[in-house]
Amino acid sequence: MSTSQALSVTSLKGEVTALVVDDDKVSQVIHHHLLNILGIENHVVGNGKEAVEIHLSGKKFNLILMDRDMPVMNGIEATKKLRDMGIRSTIAGVSSHSVSQERQAFIEAGLDDYHEKPLSVAKLLSVVSKIMHKA
Amino acid sequence: MERNNHLPRQVALMRQSLFDQGYLDEQFVQLEELQDDANPNFVEEVVTLYYRDSARLVASIEQALDKSPLDFNKLDSYMHQFKGSSSSIGGRKVKAECSQFREYCRTGNGEGCIRTFQQVKREYATLRKKLEAYFQLARQAGPREAASRST
Repeated sequence: MSTSQALSVTSLKGEVTALVVDDDKVSQVIHHHLLNILGIENHVVGNGKEAVEIHLSGKKFNLILMDRDMPVMNGIEATKKLRDMGIRSTIAGVSSHSVSQERQAFIEAGLDDYHEKPLSVAKLLSVVSKIMHKA
Repeated sequence: MERNNHLPRQVALMRQSLFDQGYLDEQFVQLEELQDDANPNFVEEVVTLYYRDSARLVASIEQALDKSPLDFNKLDSYMHQFKGSSSSIGGRKVKAECSQFREYCRTGNGEGCIRTFQQVKREYATLRKKLEAYFQLARQAGPREAASRST
């Protein structure tokens, strides 16, 4: 569906917040913009450690878009850490790994959803609809 | 005011040829979907960011290919990042060459890596030229033409 159609389906402004965790600047910009268009207020960090730290500072998000491969702390470690911290947000793994074992390891770390990179409007909408149903 | 009425058509044709010739894939269309009146140059901005940001990766791979013996794990890791970034802008041919490079890393084929990297760089440079030409023409045609796409 087109973005304007997507906007008429979802009215998320003020309802959903998100955290983008990705070391790739191009992915950061695309995901940030994608979320903005859907009216989802979002924050962007560059690796898993920053994702953990922002939660330690007291911030919470409905949705976390977690890249797998990042320096300092990768997506698998960060997901495990956040779950250990009691974070129950929807965590959607976003990765370019197509090998099933690698995908499985990421999912088992505590993901609610998994999508191949790059994210599209449609993929993001399906992730967001899961949050709405969770609530 | 004089206006070149052929420009929108030229822009559309140029855009279509980039897909037909395999330079771009569906992901580029996804980027176009994110472009609107509030962000009329989004696609061009992302592509510019890609070329700026990936330059360091290209340099790192180049340096790593100069070493002896080759560290295939490191090369593969760099290329994984580069491939991810390239696929984010829909760079189909660049992405294909990246995959080939990674295959050579997996089999420890140094010559294959070196040869393929030349192809990666060639496709990377070609795509840049073609997209620059496209964006320039689209800007001349006017914001409405630049933001719209034919199905």
